[in-house]
Amino acid sequence: MIPASFDYVRPNTLAEAVALLAENEDAKILAGGHSLIPAMKLRLAQPPLLVDIGRIKDLSYVSQENGQIRVGAMTTHYQIESSDLLKEICPLLPECAAHIGDVQVRNKGTIGGSVAHSDPAGDWPAAMIALNAELVATGKNGDRTIKADDFFVDLMTTALEPGEILREIRINRANGRTGHAYVKMPHPASGFAVVGVAASVGLGADGNCESASVGITGVSSKAYRATGVESGLNGTKLDGQSIANAAGHATDGVDLNGDVFASDEYRKHLAAVYTRRAIALASERAR
Amino acid sequence: MKQAISMNVNGVDHAAEVEPRLLLVHYLRDTLALTGTHVGCETSICGACTVLLDGQAVKSCTVLAVQADGGNITTIEGLGVNGNLHPVQEGFWEQHGLQCGYCTPGMIMASAQLIDRNPNPSREEIRHGLDGNLCRCTGYQHIVEAVEYAAKKASA
Amino acid sequence: MAETYVGKRVKRTEDPRLIKGLAHYVDDIRLPDTLHVVFVRSIYAHARIDGIDFSDALKVPGVVAVYTGRDIAEKIGPVPCAAALPDLKVPDYRVLATDKVFFVGHPIAAIVATDKYAARDAVDLISINYEELPAVVDVEAAAGGAVIHESFGNNIAYTLTSGEGDIEAAMQSADRIVSQKMVHQRLAPIAMEPRGVLARYFPGEEELTVWSSTQIPHLLRTQLALMIGIPENKLRVITPEVGGGFGSKLNVYAEEALLGWISMQLGKPVKWIESRRENVAATIHGRAQVGTIEVGVKNDGTITGLRYNVVADLGAYHQLLTPAIPTLTGLMLSGAYRIPAIQMNVTGVFTNKMSTDAYRGAGRPEATYVVERAMDVIAAELKMDPVDVRRKNFPKASEFPFHTATGLDYDSGDYDAALDKALDLSGYQKLRDEQKQARTAGKIMGIGLSSYVEICALGPSQAMPAGGWESATVRIEPTGTVTILTGASPHGQGQETSFAQIAADELGVNLNDVTVIHGDTGVVQYGIGTFGSRATAVGGTAVFIAIQKLKEKAEKIAAHMLQCEASAISFEAGKYCRQTAAAAGAGTSEPVVPVGEAPAGALPEPQTEGRSSLTIQEIALAAHIAKEIPPDTEPGLSATYFFEPKNFTFPFGTHVCVVEIDKDTGEIKIVRYVAVDDCGKVINPLLVDGQVHGGIVQSIGQALYEEVVYDEQGQLVTGELMDYAVPKASQLPWFETDRTETPSPVNPLGVKGVGEAGTIGATPAIVNAIVDALSPYGVKHLDMPVRPEAVWRIIANN
Repeated sequence: MIPASFDYVRPNTLAEAVALLAENEDAKILAGGHSLIPAMKLRLAQPPLLVDIGRIKDLSYVSQENGQIRVGAMTTHYQIESSDLLKEICPLLPECAAHIGDVQVRNKGTIGGSVAHSDPAGDWPAAMIALNAELVATGKNGDRTIKADDFFVDLMTTALEPGEILREIRINRANGRTGHAYVKMPHPASGFAVVGVAASVGLGADGNCESASVGITGVSSKAYRATGVESGLNGTKLDGQSIANAAGHATDGVDLNGDVFASDEYRKHLAAVYTRRAIALASERAR
Repeated sequence: MKQAISMNVNGVDHAAEVEPRLLLVHYLRDTLALTGTHVGCETSICGACTVLLDGQAVKSCTVLAVQADGGNITTIEGLGVNGNLHPVQEGFWEQHGLQCGYCTPGMIMASAQLIDRNPNPSREEIRHGLDGNLCRCTGYQHIVEAVEYAAKKASA
Repeated sequence: MAETYVGKRVKRTEDPRLIKGLAHYVDDIRLPDTLHVVFVRSIYAHARIDGIDFSDALKVPGVVAVYTGRDIAEKIGPVPCAAALPDLKVPDYRVLATDKVFFVGHPIAAIVATDKYAARDAVDLISINYEELPAVVDVEAAAGGAVIHESFGNNIAYTLTSGEGDIEAAMQSADRIVSQKMVHQRLAPIAMEPRGVLARYFPGEEELTVWSSTQIPHLLRTQLALMIGIPENKLRVITPEVGGGFGSKLNVYAEEALLGWISMQLGKPVKWIESRRENVAATIHGRAQVGTIEVGVKNDGTITGLRYNVVADLGAYHQLLTPAIPTLTGLMLSGAYRIPAIQMNVTGVFTNKMSTDAYRGAGRPEATYVVERAMDVIAAELKMDPVDVRRKNFPKASEFPFHTATGLDYDSGDYDAALDKALDLSGYQKLRDEQKQARTAGKIMGIGLSSYVEICALGPSQAMPAGGWESATVRIEPTGTVTILTGASPHGQGQETSFAQIAADELGVNLNDVTVIHGDTGVVQYGIGTFGSRATAVGGTAVFIAIQKLKEKAEKIAAHMLQCEASAISFEAGKYCRQTAAAAGAGTSEPVVPVGEAPAGALPEPQTEGRSSLTIQEIALAAHIAKEIPPDTEPGLSATYFFEPKNFTFPFGTHVCVVEIDKDTGEIKIVRYVAVDDCGKVINPLLVDGQVHGGIVQSIGQALYEEVVYDEQGQLVTGELMDYAVPKASQLPWFETDRTETPSPVNPLGVKGVGEAGTIGATPAIVNAIVDALSPYGVKHLDMPVRPEAVWRIIANN
């Protein structure tokens, strides 16, 4: 498994990278490389030019500004998994990061690379949706912000325009009594999600569900927001019955994947079970 | 077009002109003749190619040599210090943590990272920490014991 | 007292080079000017090749040559099959496909280039015109499917009936017949080191050296000599470090012959290293049987007879032992039980898939699985405890040697003892109580047993395709170090250590003064290899007996040097002593000349004046200087022995597995695993534990995760480790292991073998536990791998 030949540039600034992409329409961005390099080794991808953004300063960070969490696109899964700040202010991110691949993959793979790849069984897209993340893309016309709901368009397709680079992930810090959870059934070989559910649940003063946000990955051609589940939860007591009822809508209106390991019918069932578990855990954490 | 790269591998500086597509594992094995790092699956599942890049365990079959330009790399050949075995190497020998030995260098590098980050890991933590490394011979139990041995030894 | 080694947890002497990354597997051997070979392989399961255009590939800078099947079809002999069965159909298996391709991964062309990147680039520039043909995939429908090898008229490679006793009468005498269809899915061995070959031809000397990752260097040499047409004494096969085999490297592959031949054409070293995708597609697979077992049983659980009708999926061609594997299934169908009549009817069929062949256990796991599953089906039908059904049919320890209706004579055994120990260790009764409580609490828990017997130490030559003996040479060098040359070719099993343990004890020397050399036909006398759990029982015995021969000679020399009769000499702790001086001879013998202290020029002759004892190493030196040896004695101190075993050995044991099942999702968790194995005398318990653990995990892989899946068109769906699930550390329980020790009478060491115990004994224990867990849902059987979806469907439909 050897990639086809390509040229390689390693810009020092984001502006240089954007300029390079503008000049080379078939160029690909190389982040950690853990999605792109395997595809290139299989020769499924044969870009003529790789623009390696791995050394651009200031793309790897976790910070907090005006109640908003900001994660640089080149922050590795491991940096997120081990970030004390995130464990405190946005624990869903480290929890999700810990489910990705294995230690070596998490050391090198980046959140930006993974999100921009939009793998249908990737973990991050579910979390991005559940956290209502805003994804900041930079292009020749400057920055633009894309909501997670609009970002994942289809199988390995995102709302990024040609020439745009995902540079930052922004998440509004949860207020009040909020709990998060990410639960997953990994494929026994690849470790990718057969089903992965990220949930964020906010409680009102009465302890009932005030807001619910659920992202699901692994079961369809792209990660999606389980709107039927969310509406089913709002205003409920978040007891076993109301959670189970709502979770039953996990795959409403979704075209389901099926493979040797898990048929579409089984995935539908798993999505409901794991959604129930994610919400129950998030609710418990919110209390 | 070839790219000039330089990196420090096991304490020695190296420089070369390489094709951008050259995989780090091939640079280490074919250019530097450090053949202790193995290739087992090519799809970043098995971990036989694990090396430390700037202190982080990575799968060198899924890293381009140009990405490692300027970096510090430790391979299995450079893990021991002054001719002494690293505690993890010692643990693998003491606890029979290897049979055919093919996965072993990668397994040892991943284990070294594991006890570096978590000096007193539980068995469960060891098993999860090694999910990026496949072994077809040992059934892993002796490997878990090898890591336990190493952790104890390293913190003694 | 001298330090002894046999029976102790001695850490391995082979490990330092491996843990330092300094060992050499094939790809680690670097020769100047090496050319690299990459294969172009079929993307179809069945197709006619209408044309190959490689002109563009030849233009890639660095590409030296491209070979296709039509260029070389007549220049290299066919890939050999050593199995001989009555009326066996053997297709002509050329090293590269000529007119048709028969499986995904079938090699079509070989590209040779100065580097592997260029060779890979050239693959994309070869254009092949295929005319796709219907693929035969379904094993049960294969016999009547589209004909794969046209000259045969159908896809049946052979049919065979085996077994003894009057099966019809036996079945009629039963109170009931218990019957169950079972699928033994196709598995990939997945040695962590894929295959690899390096070949170097010396045109002047007309000598070819082939380095190959194989389990059988000598057998490979013989076959390659025939295939390539080079005199066998001009061909040297070297197996450097081998990164796992599990039977997949107990073979002779097209690539091995091709690389040798290409090196001869080009006069340069050529190397091919298998990719993982090639490994899954074009290295042999294992298992792949679909059969129905019928067991005649009395109402008290006594078995009267057993019949197994089975179709074996052989794949498109015969590799070395392909058709023979199901015959091993037939041999093992008596399991650990007294069964008066047994019959196996097997049909071997061709399919458009890679060949099946010996994968760890090789035919025996299939038998053990159907027998041990059937025991649980019987228990369920008769409402007996699975323990009782087994015990009822065990032969007693006093009944050995025990003749089975499969034609074997089990050497020794105490099946009740192993069962008792496993029940005790697992707390079986307590587990059953816990299970009741769990069920009351709405939880799903199951307990599974397997009492297995396996055939090891393959084997007597009469029962083997090409020799079942093993060889050893033991010599003591002039400076006193001991060299063992073994024809066994270990690849991870640790015989460099265990054979050294045997030698160190027998010769009274330090372990570190013994070196075990293997895997080089230029150095080691002819041997058979490492497979079939044979290395220690057959190869170790050869070492042991060679040492006795060597010691007979050493004793004669000792008597001569000490000026007494041989009868007055005793040997203890590495020393030959005159009369009763033995007591003074405590301590382990040391080399005569410590390394680094050798004087220049002549070696110091041992001084005998006033001595009443001499170390064996002093005698070795004297034997080489040859001034003080008896007149009728050959100089030197070396002995070679070719050991022919009189029988197989039959290890056994009982495994207990406990599973919990997630009621919501069907996910299975093995919560406990207890293994009590009896592999006869144990040379090194550390190595035995390692073999048992590794084998059990391959069984867990089979029971829960692994399957080579071809779709309806014969496309390989599980072609990478992204899809083919090799078990990971976090998916596994902690193994609780113990042993009973019943020596084998077949060899003087009393050893039996352990390499395949785990893969033979464990799968049924796991599936029995799962079925037991689901028995309240009316489940009688589930096929492997038992994926959570199948379990969920059972729970959901109830």
